[in-house]
Amino acid sequence: MQDNPVIRVVSKVMIPTVMLFALYVQFHGDYGPGGGFQAGVIFAAAFVLNAMIFGLNRGRHVWPANLNLLAICAGVLLYGLTGVASFFFGANYLDYDVLGATAKSGQHIGILLVEFGVGLTVASVMVALFFTFAGRLTHIRLLSKMQAHEEVSPPANKPKKKRQTGARK
Amino acid sequence: MSGFLVNASLISLLTLIAILALRLHRLFAVVMLSGAFSLVAATLFVVLDAVDVAFTEAAVGAGISSILALATLSLVPAEEKPHSIAFVPAFLALATAAMLAIAVTDLPAFGDVNAPIHNHVAPEFIKGSADDIGIPNVVTSVLASYRGYDTLGETVVIFTAAIAVLLVLGGFTRPHHPKNKSPKSQSRITKRRKNGEGKNAG
Repeated sequence: MQDNPVIRVVSKVMIPTVMLFALYVQFHGDYGPGGGFQAGVIFAAAFVLNAMIFGLNRGRHVWPANLNLLAICAGVLLYGLTGVASFFFGANYLDYDVLGATAKSGQHIGILLVEFGVGLTVASVMVALFFTFAGRLTHIRLLSKMQAHEEVSPPANKPKKKRQTGARK
Repeated sequence: MSGFLVNASLISLLTLIAILALRLHRLFAVVMLSGAFSLVAATLFVVLDAVDVAFTEAAVGAGISSILALATLSLVPAEEKPHSIAFVPAFLALATAAMLAIAVTDLPAFGDVNAPIHNHVAPEFIKGSADDIGIPNVVTSVLASYRGYDTLGETVVIFTAAIAVLLVLGGFTRPHHPKNKSPKSQSRITKRRKNGEGKNAG
């Protein structure tokens, strides 16, 4: 797939468009269909497409794993802490009325924040799932290669196993 | 009449795709068919005026699920193993389907204003949304504000699922370098990996 010029060029046009559309779905969810869940999945699709076309390693480079873990937690925390913020203004948990000057603007701010939290978590979870599943193959190959290396380098005490590894290669 | 035609064709298309997915043994084709199933289901949701649900179904069911299934396909054989019909599960499935079919006749008609679902909290939400929340999309105001706890729970479910998958499938582990590990535990881990791989390839 990486060598096909048509797919490479088209995906370079598509990926920013998909991300822009995801942002539209995210922040326009108050006015039309959409919201955090859908936007998160669409946003993740852009990164998955990037990883599929340009290889898993370059995809991982664009969206590093430790940053991804941070984003997964940050989304849930943003949701939960928006609820906690209501406490400081003397309201119940997840009651957004008090977050703004008027009840309506407070609701608007609250919904925007929690939807962004949902979107962040969903997007990073989807990317993490794809990278984990797709990374299994290289993981398994690497392990078997290291196994072969480990058995070749010291003086072999299990000749039977060594032959097995050779046959697999 | 045209509505009936659209519904009938969509539902027969769904049934056709489901039967095809059951009959085929090539897993790539089955994954593609499940994506098509989700897309047709999303169309059906649009017909039922549930645009937000249709959006989710198209994005998650037809998009990401298919991609995850494809990523998994690279680890498993391309063909399903041939197997004979398992009679007890088939009987259970048919019995459940029959019970559901009987139960459907007891449901209120689609769009019935006297249906219980339209007389509980829904009228309050629909009437109050403009005054309380002030955003045009009632679905978002119910999802994020009236039912904020539920959505928080859903987000935590997704979070938990991701943590579980990352733990099980080795997102956190790195292939151990022989120098860092005692040779005994190293060989045990790699042996298990190799056995697992052998099973998948064969």
